[in-house]
Amino acid sequence: MLDFTFKILVTDALLYILVTAIIIFIVYARKHEHLSAPWRQIKNKKLAMSSFVILLFFVITGFLDSIHIRQEIKIDTESKTQQQVVQYSSEVLSLLDLLLTKLRVQTEKTYSAPFAIHSFTKEVTDDQQGKPKLYYPRLKYGGAHLQAQDSRIYDIGKRLLWALFWTLLVIVLCILLVAKFVVSKNDNKNEKTNLNTKLKTVLSGNTSTPWLTILLVMSIPVFFIASLVELGPFYHIMGTDQVGNDVLYKTIKSIRTGLLIGTLTTLIILPFAIIFGITAGYFRGWVDDLIQYIYTTLSSIPSVLLIAAAILSLEVYMTNNPQSFTTLIDRSDTRLLFLVMILGVMSWTGLCRLLRAETMKIRELDYIQAANSLGVRHRKIMSRHIFPNLMHIVLITVVLDFSGLVLAEAVLSYIGVGVDPTMDSWGNMINGARLEMAREPLVWWNLTAAFVFMFILVLAANIFSDAVRDALDPRLRKA
Amino acid sequence: MIAYIIRRLFYAIPILIGVNLLTFTLFFMVNSPDDMARVHLGVKRVTPEAIELWKADRGYDKPLLYNSKEKGIRSLSNTIFFQHSVSLFVLDFGRADDGRDIGRDIRQRMWPSLAIAVPTFIVGILLNITFAMLLAFFRGTYVDVWGVVLSVAMMSISIMFYIILGQLIMSKLWHLVPISGYDTGLRALKFLILPVLIGIVSGIGAGSRLYRTFYLEEINKDYVRTARAKGLSSLQVLFKHVLRNAMVPILTGVVAIIPLLFMGSLVMESFFGIPGLGSYTIDAINQQDFAIVRAMVFLGSLLYIFGLVLTDISYTLVDPRVRLE
Repeated sequence: MLDFTFKILVTDALLYILVTAIIIFIVYARKHEHLSAPWRQIKNKKLAMSSFVILLFFVITGFLDSIHIRQEIKIDTESKTQQQVVQYSSEVLSLLDLLLTKLRVQTEKTYSAPFAIHSFTKEVTDDQQGKPKLYYPRLKYGGAHLQAQDSRIYDIGKRLLWALFWTLLVIVLCILLVAKFVVSKNDNKNEKTNLNTKLKTVLSGNTSTPWLTILLVMSIPVFFIASLVELGPFYHIMGTDQVGNDVLYKTIKSIRTGLLIGTLTTLIILPFAIIFGITAGYFRGWVDDLIQYIYTTLSSIPSVLLIAAAILSLEVYMTNNPQSFTTLIDRSDTRLLFLVMILGVMSWTGLCRLLRAETMKIRELDYIQAANSLGVRHRKIMSRHIFPNLMHIVLITVVLDFSGLVLAEAVLSYIGVGVDPTMDSWGNMINGARLEMAREPLVWWNLTAAFVFMFILVLAANIFSDAVRDALDPRLRKA
Repeated sequence: MIAYIIRRLFYAIPILIGVNLLTFTLFFMVNSPDDMARVHLGVKRVTPEAIELWKADRGYDKPLLYNSKEKGIRSLSNTIFFQHSVSLFVLDFGRADDGRDIGRDIRQRMWPSLAIAVPTFIVGILLNITFAMLLAFFRGTYVDVWGVVLSVAMMSISIMFYIILGQLIMSKLWHLVPISGYDTGLRALKFLILPVLIGIVSGIGAGSRLYRTFYLEEINKDYVRTARAKGLSSLQVLFKHVLRNAMVPILTGVVAIIPLLFMGSLVMESFFGIPGLGSYTIDAINQQDFAIVRAMVFLGSLLYIFGLVLTDISYTLVDPRVRLE
């Protein structure tokens, strides 16, 4: 086993901060009834929980992809008496890369279709008589274990059945675990129950949290992972791209990019939007005028143009200062961070406007007047008496913005002002797929893979954000 | 009301100055006029004299924001920022770095942009209103539930997929319309069908779902019950009463967009190779032509502010309770 050292990228660090903040919020909210009540309402909704399960798998994948390490290089030093210098590879890998090593290193020469064992393009070779012959060469890795007489369909079917078996095993285990540990707490409080009746409760779907639905939905990603384990090392499940990289690997790697753009943007805007929004609404007067002027100016600039101008500036800066960006991953990470920041600058105005309007309403209420006359300082009034009453607006905006930002990444990458072209992202995949659509026969798998993953993520996010809005917005809350 | 409009338009001036200052700083933070000259003159055989000449020719030989050599007001006015910004306010966009007249380019290129944006906008709005009305009419039934599911699914698809799939099916497989390109006059029609269609389809999901919530908010109000109680059919109520009241929130979003239709759609135009303002902007960005980028940003902001004023005016038209003062 080789040693390694951690490498924390800036975006990784921000993501860790975000995750910590969410965990702190959850711990805090569990203790406060008024904060946890709306979330309990979400917990009992089938559709919301289904989408949450899917989102959770995306988040875990993205998080695994955000823990970066550099492996130690073994150097055969002849003079062992010399002091051993530990050297680390310049290649930065994430935990996800290590899990998917097979997918990462098994690259072909060029395009190959999903599950193909032959290359997509012909090659020329000399046959026995020395005449040139066109043929489709066998792939180096795709189906390499198959002999000539083996049936490919049979092999795939066999492996899928195994994947199905593992899925069933995991799900049955989960059902048992849920029945044993979870159900007893919420349901059947008075009855003395054994495992058998608890199992029946779970399977009949009569639990307040829809465990049956959750587990059924969970079986889809579990089956996906199982087939990845069973099939991944032997076939290119979604084919390979122009330079022979596995498309499925690229698609999975893109999850991190999408998630970071969707979440970090809001993380960056929150302090600005909250502080500016509340101070403008609370103090009125020239403070209000100034802040209103700033956000009207920002929002009146066409956002694509500002993003483009900012990214171009960054590119120029990078070419002028090459010494600050030694590795490729540093470059692409800086660009991602910059993109996230400029997206944040463009989108904090909406939230700021909402918060300002709400603060203006709240500051006229009696309890604020009371606090004022008791001599509570302005800063304290804003943080203790106004901000908690705006939390629902902040949360709703954060979840609603997420899917829009993921979609925006694709468009920006197409225009050429999105993430770095070397970075795995759905936008870059779609952009590359444009030319493949003109090929004959069609190279469809790149686009399809990007489409399926992006669609599932955005759809799940949309459904979940609807549920969050329904639960948190007091106007929509049913009495 | 006229006084109100004039005052609003005066408010626009500081905002526009701010916009200009921002684009200016962003661009010149990393890009010195020397760099620009080198990009445009090419790397080979470039002499310091040629750079000086290029800069002097285009007015980039002055200090950026503050001229310490001049006195009084001239110290602010004899700068690149002032010289290049002040003419924008009378809509004189000046010349691009390759010497073309930007104003003329814009006037020429706005027509293809409008030819796509206006039909997409009008048909799209009408369809959205109709679909939303259908969903609201069948509220609580399976039509409504599946309609909403479909709209959420449709709005979860990136515009890029709509375009690529549209081109693939309509042009490559069925050979109905050309993949991309543009022509003058009526012959442009066959090039316009696909982008307009895709623009409409990609917007239906989000639009009809949003408008449906506007209707549902109105439908539960007392005046609707009164109207039903006095014997009006539910269709009549929906069209005559609910639609008119739901128009207020719909207008908020819609009217503000109208002026921006001039700007065209960046993605659509570059995908379909249409010589509109959207592709003009992208080209300018790629060529780092600051004059064009600044002109487009200015135009965009101006139209945005204009849209806000239009929105206010439209309120008074649909809702007589609103008065501008």
